[in-house]
Amino acid sequence: MTEELIIAGFGGQGVLSLGKILAYSGIMQNQEVSWMPSYGPEMRGGTANVTVILSDERISSPYLKLFDTAIILNQQSMDKFENTVKPGGVLLYDPNGITIHPKRKDITIYQIDASNLASDMGNKKVYNMIIMGAYLKVKPVVQLENVTEGLKKSLPERYHKLIPLNIDAIQKGMDNILTVNELAILS
Amino acid sequence: MAEIKLMKGNEALAEAAIRAGVDAYFGYPITPQSEVIEYLMMEQPEKTTGMVVLQAESEVAAINMVYGAAGAGKRVMTSSSSPGISLKQEGISYMAGAELPAVIVNVVRGGPGLGTIQPSQADYFQSVKGGGHGDYKLYVLAPASVQEMADHVEDAFEMAFKYRTPVLILSDGVIGQMMEKVQFKEFKPRWTDDEIYQLHGNWATTGKKKGRERNIITSLDLKSEKMEGRVHRLMKKYAQMEEEDLRFETIKCEDAEYLIVAYGSSARIAQKTVDLARAKGIKVGLLRPITLFPFPKKQLMEFTKQVKGILSVELSMGQMVEDVRLAVEHKVPVEHFGRTGGIIHTPEEILDALQQKLIKN
Repeated sequence: MTEELIIAGFGGQGVLSLGKILAYSGIMQNQEVSWMPSYGPEMRGGTANVTVILSDERISSPYLKLFDTAIILNQQSMDKFENTVKPGGVLLYDPNGITIHPKRKDITIYQIDASNLASDMGNKKVYNMIIMGAYLKVKPVVQLENVTEGLKKSLPERYHKLIPLNIDAIQKGMDNILTVNELAILS
Repeated sequence: MAEIKLMKGNEALAEAAIRAGVDAYFGYPITPQSEVIEYLMMEQPEKTTGMVVLQAESEVAAINMVYGAAGAGKRVMTSSSSPGISLKQEGISYMAGAELPAVIVNVVRGGPGLGTIQPSQADYFQSVKGGGHGDYKLYVLAPASVQEMADHVEDAFEMAFKYRTPVLILSDGVIGQMMEKVQFKEFKPRWTDDEIYQLHGNWATTGKKKGRERNIITSLDLKSEKMEGRVHRLMKKYAQMEEEDLRFETIKCEDAEYLIVAYGSSARIAQKTVDLARAKGIKVGLLRPITLFPFPKKQLMEFTKQVKGILSVELSMGQMVEDVRLAVEHKVPVEHFGRTGGIIHTPEEILDALQQKLIKN
């Protein structure tokens, strides 16, 4: 198994930490992992993205042109990364703030209304864990118990009391992901 | 088995320094290597191993602090990124001249000038051809993973003291900023004053005891014959490095018809190119120099009997390619490919370059 993933959005949405928790979860089930961020000027208010690779084999390039999955959380990232999904791959996005929706027919497209779900939960900081849940629903690359372990590893101990809330958020994401086809039926 | 951690290359290097029993780190922040000093400041190793961590007022001050501590026989290091390393060159040349062991880390960013904070490998010439003034070289290690960022710290100190010379770890923004799995070795204690006296009392300024001559640390020799002798002594060391401490790795070279030569982050990216090419039926192998000086010259010459062409891949406009060409003496075509300005080439771009520059001919 090799999963090549890009997560892209605004700085502050938890893009980099989502990638880090995924990578840690991969380690918990003995996978090889790499986490390659865009770094530097792309901070608060700007765009942030991270390439995460999970694999059963030694990882060669941490930097890629094409991805199995793209998680896209703002319009700039949609413009930049829609065309980097491999044919047959997955695009998962949060429709909030998206004005030009993805058009590709050769990939599977999913939506997760994570901004509103996070507001409903009363804690906007679990936004990225809702995304995580939606992602794991369609790409179960790591098991939920390993995500719990990954959270323990990547969060400072003083925040461990928040792990159940994060797991709830992941569940929320899993329960609320919609494929674009389903959306068409609903509307 | 040691615990597996997920860390950035820069952080792994800093943790490895604490564990290697390093006495002091003097640095100054600059992207993309600031995590080195940040990590050391957070860990506060002066409370555990006694390692001194100091943010100097400038890169120039930091390298001269390294000079001073190295002169006393201590294990000492500094790190910076390209523009900061340029500032350190005077001190590095002085240390090479004064035959002082130290470890310098360059997490390369794009240049020239202030350039960009994004990754680059355009400091190759500066690293392997001297960098500062005078007849000298550095032993240069080029890590290609977070694990090697950690492992190379101890390796670098071993070489620095074996040859009494500054050693450079040439990393880049990709390897410094990415996170991967890493496992660390056990803590090594710092040398005690007695151990330093026993190991290095014949040259270091450890405090003169009765019956011992004064040790003088200097790079100055106004008598030309003596100065020439000193330079010859340095050259002997470099020849010995080439004999004893060359390091490289070959990947899928056994049946290769084309060879890619790449180090550091480019070697990682090119590894994927090798797989993409082989999926298309093109037999490509990768030679990854782990040391850039010494350089695997003889091994490259050997490959000229086997391969139809060589592609040198680096994040620059073509620097290492000159050494590859020198090594193979025009026996096979050698081409360069690389992006610059902070852009990272993709595995697919490297494959396109290989096909256009070498295979179509």
